[in-house]
Amino acid sequence: MADFTTSVLAVRGNRIRLMRGGAGQPLVILHGASGAQWPPFMSALSQKFDVIAPEHPGFGESDMPDWLDTVHDLAYFYLDLFAELKLKDVNLVGLSLGGWIAAELAVRSTARLASMTLAGAAGLHVPGVVQLDPFLRSDEQRLRDFFYDQKKADEVIARALRPELEDVTLKNRTTVAKLAWQPRGHDPHLTKWLHRIDVPTLLIWGDHDRAFPKDYALAYQKAIPGAKLVIVPECGHVPQIEKPDAFVAALEGFLGARKIAA
Amino acid sequence: MKFFNFHLMPYGHVDLDAIAKNGSAWVTFSNSHYDPEKGAELYHDYLDQMEFADQLGFDGVCLNEHHQTAYGMMPIPGVLAGALARSVKHAQIAILGRALPLINNPLNVAEEYAILDNLTRGRFIAGFVRGIGAEYHATGISPATSQERFAEAHDLIVRAWTEPGPFSYSGKHYQFRYVNPWPRPYQTPHPPVWIPSQGSGSTIRWAAKLRYTYCQTLSPIAAVAKFFQLFRDEAEKAGYQASADQLAWSNTIYVADTDKKAVQEAKPHLEALVNYLLKMPTEMLLPPGYTDTASMKRVRAVKVTGKPSSIEDLNASGVVIIGSPATVREKLAEYQDLAGFNTSLTKTQFGTMPNEMARANMTAIAEEILPAFRDRQPQKRAPKAAAE
Repeated sequence: MADFTTSVLAVRGNRIRLMRGGAGQPLVILHGASGAQWPPFMSALSQKFDVIAPEHPGFGESDMPDWLDTVHDLAYFYLDLFAELKLKDVNLVGLSLGGWIAAELAVRSTARLASMTLAGAAGLHVPGVVQLDPFLRSDEQRLRDFFYDQKKADEVIARALRPELEDVTLKNRTTVAKLAWQPRGHDPHLTKWLHRIDVPTLLIWGDHDRAFPKDYALAYQKAIPGAKLVIVPECGHVPQIEKPDAFVAALEGFLGARKIAA
Repeated sequence: MKFFNFHLMPYGHVDLDAIAKNGSAWVTFSNSHYDPEKGAELYHDYLDQMEFADQLGFDGVCLNEHHQTAYGMMPIPGVLAGALARSVKHAQIAILGRALPLINNPLNVAEEYAILDNLTRGRFIAGFVRGIGAEYHATGISPATSQERFAEAHDLIVRAWTEPGPFSYSGKHYQFRYVNPWPRPYQTPHPPVWIPSQGSGSTIRWAAKLRYTYCQTLSPIAAVAKFFQLFRDEAEKAGYQASADQLAWSNTIYVADTDKKAVQEAKPHLEALVNYLLKMPTEMLLPPGYTDTASMKRVRAVKVTGKPSSIEDLNASGVVIIGSPATVREKLAEYQDLAGFNTSLTKTQFGTMPNEMARANMTAIAEEILPAFRDRQPQKRAPKAAAE
């Protein structure tokens, strides 16, 4: 039985698909370039939290709005969405591209945030670190690159690369090209303003992330005051998929410790 | 029919095995494979060929723009057009074209083309393209903005040529407080605009509406006929009859004494072009957002860049015309009548073909083919049934 419901939410006339499950403090998950799903780690989190997983404008079943050009547009969109849903004390979780959106959102306003967690986040540029170019990889190779354990990659590829999903894949890739083609996967101005993030921040990174290697986690940690870092061993770019238990444990540990401290 | 000598200026000394090993001659193929001594020699050979085309009586010469590739050494075609502007005495000079979305200041193209139009005293033809997918990897422009940037840059350039400056311009992608380029074009209102395309329906519709000349790139003649019919249909919808002069077919012609000899001689050079210099993975050819989802899926499905082509196949499907003078005359007349075009954009040098061979081919085309077509128009409008 599904532990979440799917609905269509309109924010200022822009319709998006929204998945939501569980109860408790709101925990908003911003998905990465591969699109919105409800994988097992979300089910696990929905045991303790009100998990809210929107599909970004420009992805999947959500509208492709005319105004969508940059990650900044999505950061403002989600601030509007939080207001629309009257969310307070949000635990914001950003994965990969969604991590970049989360960071841009948080430098603009943390008024509705209780915490921020980034995993394999894009958004910064660290000179001299070798990164794979996702735009010069085939669909299969790109997914393969995300994993340390290639058996896990096989499972994901079998699920994701079905012909009936090609339209969604192409739509998602087009939006990713709008957001992340140039400068590739980052905003050179973001790092100037990360010091504004004044909510507890956790970074969860695979130790074998080849898309945004762990130097990126260190760069975020250096720029965001008090940010904590958990490195997941034998793990690639998507710890929430490749090592869901470790990911959930790290996140719940961080959020639980926060609660006790408060 | 008018004949243009269309040069791609390939780096013909390239190590084909190295291309095969890299998977492509574009973007990721290291420029350490470029030898400046050999490259300089090629530039001069190729420019000499363009001047030779003029002397032989070709109606025009064509250059184009590609980046970071051994396929063509013309990232800045205006430099080469400038080198030809004073030595090519009679022929028109066409750049087919500048890739507008790749440029951050479209007024540079307005200026560059206007200079060339002045230098040639009105023998210049202005081509505008979006560039192929690989260009977006090479220049860092997002392919998802390609269509918007093309439309905006084109409109701005035409306004800069036709409206007295200075005026100000504020678009989504380009903003200028002062638009007032000097010089103005020599031709009135501006140089003829030619639009090359691989056959995109939206491009054909747009070019027909603006009464531009449409150039069909490398395609089998049946497809060319279909695209040209679409252009005529779109022109009719726009309220006029398209002329055969508005349709240009980009082809490859090689002439030798006999069909067999022609195929034999051209084979390694043509196959180097299509199987090595043109080859690229789908994700390089079709970056996300470059074209609409339907076109994207169509190309991904056929995986156009996958299987090797032979000269025999290319000749049979009418992508190229390779043969004896009689065969080439016969095929070209047949294709002209089928597709209804009046301009042939002809690659006379292609792939790894050496200088002497290219010049012999140009001479043969000038002597054996051009005279038979000088006053020839398409004999009958391509019937719609044949074009489908």
